[in-house]
Amino acid sequence: MTVAVSILPEQQLAVLNAAYNKAVFRKRLRLLLGVAIFAAALLLAAIGAEVNLRTLFTYFGNFVSYFDRILTLDSGQRVWTDVGEWLWGWRKCLKMLGETLLISYVGTLTGAVFAFALNFFAAENTSPAPWLRFVVRRLLEFARTVPGIVFALIFVIAFGLGPMAGVLAIAIHSTGALGKLFSEMVENADMKPVEGIRSTGASWLSCMRFAILPQVTAGYASYALLRFEINVREASVMGFVGAGGIGQELVVAIRKFYYSDVSAILLLIIVTVFIIDISTGWLRGRLFGKEART
Amino acid sequence: MTGPQEVDTAEIRARYPDVFDRPALARLAMPAMIVAALGILIYGLVDLDFSPSRFVAGLSQLGWISMMMIPPDPGSSLPIYLKALGETLSIALLGTTLAALFALPVSLLAARNVVPSIILRFPVRRFLDSIRGVDTLIWALVWINVVGLGPFAGVLAIAVSDFGAFGKLFSEAIEGADQKQVEGIRASGGSALHEIRFGLMPQVLPVIAGQVLYFIESNTRSATIIGIVGAGGIGLQLAEQIRVLEWQKVSFLILMILVAVAAIDFISSKLRFAIIGRRAVA
Repeated sequence: MTVAVSILPEQQLAVLNAAYNKAVFRKRLRLLLGVAIFAAALLLAAIGAEVNLRTLFTYFGNFVSYFDRILTLDSGQRVWTDVGEWLWGWRKCLKMLGETLLISYVGTLTGAVFAFALNFFAAENTSPAPWLRFVVRRLLEFARTVPGIVFALIFVIAFGLGPMAGVLAIAIHSTGALGKLFSEMVENADMKPVEGIRSTGASWLSCMRFAILPQVTAGYASYALLRFEINVREASVMGFVGAGGIGQELVVAIRKFYYSDVSAILLLIIVTVFIIDISTGWLRGRLFGKEART
Repeated sequence: MTGPQEVDTAEIRARYPDVFDRPALARLAMPAMIVAALGILIYGLVDLDFSPSRFVAGLSQLGWISMMMIPPDPGSSLPIYLKALGETLSIALLGTTLAALFALPVSLLAARNVVPSIILRFPVRRFLDSIRGVDTLIWALVWINVVGLGPFAGVLAIAVSDFGAFGKLFSEAIEGADQKQVEGIRASGGSALHEIRFGLMPQVLPVIAGQVLYFIESNTRSATIIGIVGAGGIGLQLAEQIRVLEWQKVSFLILMILVAVAAIDFISSKLRFAIIGRRAVA
């Protein structure tokens, strides 16, 4: 059996090819231009960031051997041969991990409550006055854009070292992030129930409570859980600036080259993040069905 | 003509038992959840040494600090700050690009429709997950140990932590691609590489480009903070000025960050729309 593939005559093919090349020429030129601009920006950035490939090549071995070192006990054995020795400080670490989780929990909940209180003022369709909307939106934007750890740095000075600064930093950042998401949900809500309730002579508050809230609660909870997940990661580094949690232990271990401790703490953090990810994912699926999992 | 109708509530009750007589368990679920949430909250507040007096004292201190921040004033170090800001933007751009370059081939290995064997896919996915589980700041600390203090460590930190995120996002984009075009290439005798190049890439590249731009945007924020542990950029200046309590400089630096982030947001959303049309990118 032969395979019949029809090939056009040479002349016809040439014409078609020319037409095709002409058609894609502009597109190709634009792509080339974009790539060139991007490459130039990269080059500029490389100079700005003091990229030194020689340093990288010289020290890349260090990066690989760093993992070799953190996986080796003081006795020179691999860490997994003597788990008891590797995780010798597990009691303290678990306590600090618990603190990290509490920081993110309290921070997320406080942030969610504030975001909940503010979001109706920030949403286009429910805000009672334009100036109020403007003010609330700028406030949320500020809280969202300044990184949590910068708030933590400042709060550590104001409130003293300890988890309180971390909680407040996470709460403010979550207020900003959740406030935006919440108000977007309100903007997408169906306005017909609001009209229905307003036509009965209800106040603004009742309109929000009985018309908007039933539509958005599930989404709110879903976003808050997602935020909790993010905040666990965030809280794990709050200790770097003295704002409580396991980060404190980690930064000490890294700076003082307690290699096997570094890997032990990293392992605990990764496992915790896994567990939180999986359980919040499960919870969200359970509470709101598959479609709410964004 | 029709007056208020007589409504047989009993019948309605019988017809919609779910609405009128919810089981006690379902009614209790919501209050129970709220009580549990509040309980953990109170336990947390106690365990984390929250005390009203400390809170009030801190607030007054914070108020004092905010007073000191006004007006924002860079002093004589404006050129240094501008250079640091440039460094931060460079870190974000380079780190994200590096991450994307390395993540693309790996994400192919993690995509179900490219690598059907779960034995190969599973370790790749867990590998990406563990990289994502470690925060950028931790990677920055590790890289500082390797290449020394400075922005280069920041670039590598962002590259590594985004590598994990991109690997996951790209592989999801690849899995979402239409298989018909791949089948078309296979039917015309293309090799596996041809399938990827001509069947998958045209579909996923716009999505990927959108995600990369979005990450450059969000990494501008990350890049501002990795300086706090010594990995260059404007965060280094910020952390230093906070430690020496130069509040006017601090507020100026924060303003600079806000403006820079807003500018990058604006540019990248414009670019994103240009690349993928008016569609939202997750």
